[in-house]
Amino acid sequence: MDLQLMTYLVVGATFALYIGIAIKSRASSTGEFYVAGKGVHPVLNGMATGADWMSAASFISMAGLIAFKGYDASVYLMGWTGGYCLLAMLLAPYLRKHGKFTVPAFIGDRYYSNTARLVAVLCLITASLTYVIGQMKGIGVAFSRFLEVPFEYGLLAGMAIVFVYAVLGGMKGVTYTQIAQYVVLIFAYTVPAIFISLQLTGNPIPQLGLGGTMSDGTYLLDKLDQICLELGFGAYTLQKGSTINMVLLTLSLMIGTAGLPHVITRFFTVPRVKDARFSAGWALVFIALLYTTAPAVGAMARLNLMKTIQTGEIGAPDGNLKYEDRPSWFDNWEKTGLLKFEDKNGDGKIQYYGAGNGFDAKAESFGWKGNEMVKVDRDIMVLANPEIAKLPNWVIALVAAGGIAAALSTAAGLLLAIASSISHDLLKSVFMPDMSDKAELAASRFAMAGAILVAGYLGLNPPGFAAQVVALAFGLAASSLFPALMMGIFSKRVNRTGAVCGMLAGLGSTLIYIFWFKGWFFIKSTAMLPDNPENWLLGISPGSFGAVGAALNFIVALIISNITEEPPEHIQQMVEDIRVPN
Amino acid sequence: MGDNTSAAEYWKANIRLVIGCLVVWLFVSYGCGILFADALNGIRLGGYKLGFWFAQQGSIYTFVGLIFFYAIRMNKLDRKFNVDEK
Repeated sequence: MDLQLMTYLVVGATFALYIGIAIKSRASSTGEFYVAGKGVHPVLNGMATGADWMSAASFISMAGLIAFKGYDASVYLMGWTGGYCLLAMLLAPYLRKHGKFTVPAFIGDRYYSNTARLVAVLCLITASLTYVIGQMKGIGVAFSRFLEVPFEYGLLAGMAIVFVYAVLGGMKGVTYTQIAQYVVLIFAYTVPAIFISLQLTGNPIPQLGLGGTMSDGTYLLDKLDQICLELGFGAYTLQKGSTINMVLLTLSLMIGTAGLPHVITRFFTVPRVKDARFSAGWALVFIALLYTTAPAVGAMARLNLMKTIQTGEIGAPDGNLKYEDRPSWFDNWEKTGLLKFEDKNGDGKIQYYGAGNGFDAKAESFGWKGNEMVKVDRDIMVLANPEIAKLPNWVIALVAAGGIAAALSTAAGLLLAIASSISHDLLKSVFMPDMSDKAELAASRFAMAGAILVAGYLGLNPPGFAAQVVALAFGLAASSLFPALMMGIFSKRVNRTGAVCGMLAGLGSTLIYIFWFKGWFFIKSTAMLPDNPENWLLGISPGSFGAVGAALNFIVALIISNITEEPPEHIQQMVEDIRVPN
Repeated sequence: MGDNTSAAEYWKANIRLVIGCLVVWLFVSYGCGILFADALNGIRLGGYKLGFWFAQQGSIYTFVGLIFFYAIRMNKLDRKFNVDEK
């Protein structure tokens, strides 16, 4: 069967599955719409959290980042998993005990202030919207590459599917579809990895294959280090960036992960406090399955790519692949523009190398006139991987369905977080407190539909800054929401004034630092200083600043709370109350 | 829970447990994975250099273990102080 038909069948079957689930799990009350009636089993909730959390970025981009950055990409692996420890130990059980539907609702109650609640809503919507644009784009790209339909059609199909199950089912529908989506995406991710690990090392478990030996008896990672070094790229397994940025970026990603509202909300759906603790553990198990496979996928893809091009001895006349002999995947990706070759020295062969260790001088002596792979987009690694390894068509079709599942599940989670904060935190709590449950349910469905339309519009007309704003989403979650939530539980002394000032200090400093180097509201020409390490404060990159913003938030909130009045008695009692499970 | 001293003790025991877990969390990721990675890279774990292994594999396995350890210990603590959910 040809690839295209196969892809249509596999993707179509997964869509039918998602819609079937949606019809079975219609939400009939606000409780079901916001938190799935608080009746989701902790293991299933962990699985749904995994799908909710792992986006197109985790599925498509991360292994590519690892392939080209090697050890330095460890910040993403540790940052995006370590946050679950903070979530499990510092937030999830207590927020579950508090028992409300949304993150801003907790902040509003604990700091007895609608101002605090509105600041939280603002952070939540900004962080979630910026994040959802990337997912919409991911859906469009996956469709246009694999089903060969225009980008816009793919995006519209994705919107229609999310519309059906999220508007109908709310959190209940989203949860059960996410469970199905997790199964699709993890299967799609690990199957090619197992095949490739078997081909290269004879070991079917990619995590072990990465540390294993190749057919010639050398360790795979040593071989990769050697090839990278010889071609002037720098050793794969050693650090190349600055240590302070590695530490701060990892910390920002961890705190940001723990502060992202669509992830936190998932822990409101389990029946008991102890389920919230275990559920965080299960979520990380399901996430770790993909996150420990990704380093193997990255390293093996890099090795395969380099061996495909550098077929023989470096510098030998027949050491490089002839352009006319290029494999079909090379050709396919060239057509998309994500892979570009330029025959700089006109020898009809492909040279792919870096300038490190004085290799550029050596390359000149071979008659090479510069790296000829002028563009290798990182995002193609996971998608092209099965083709590079010559795997059967059904595996390639599966990867397409997996990428779409990853993007859909995250988009639905984010849209739900946005919709519930609009209908519950803005409408019900601030503007129309006497709204009935039925009216609120209708309002939340409208908010959901509206959020999908806005996200779809932004996906079709992405603002030029779509890629950079992901750093902003994490920066916002880390610098504003996480500290406010944590202090609300672990301190009885932090009061309304302290919390609001702290959130504004964290949010403000992070925003200003990012805008200073990236341009105000991401308009490049308005940047105050060029975005390079010489100009950064103490060498801290804008993407890593969330951790500093969070520290400022803590300091400001604690100082101001200590010089102003104590929180009222009933608030202190409430804190006592959420600290114990029963 | 009516008894205030036992509530305070329960909370103290909880904080001790969390701090213990977070020390391990800090040590495997920022310690073994980043700050001491170069030194640990002298040791091999099969084809893995140990520092690299911690950064891309070991820290993640430790995180998973830590959350389950915490959850099990907290459940015990809940029962000991008689605050578990029925």
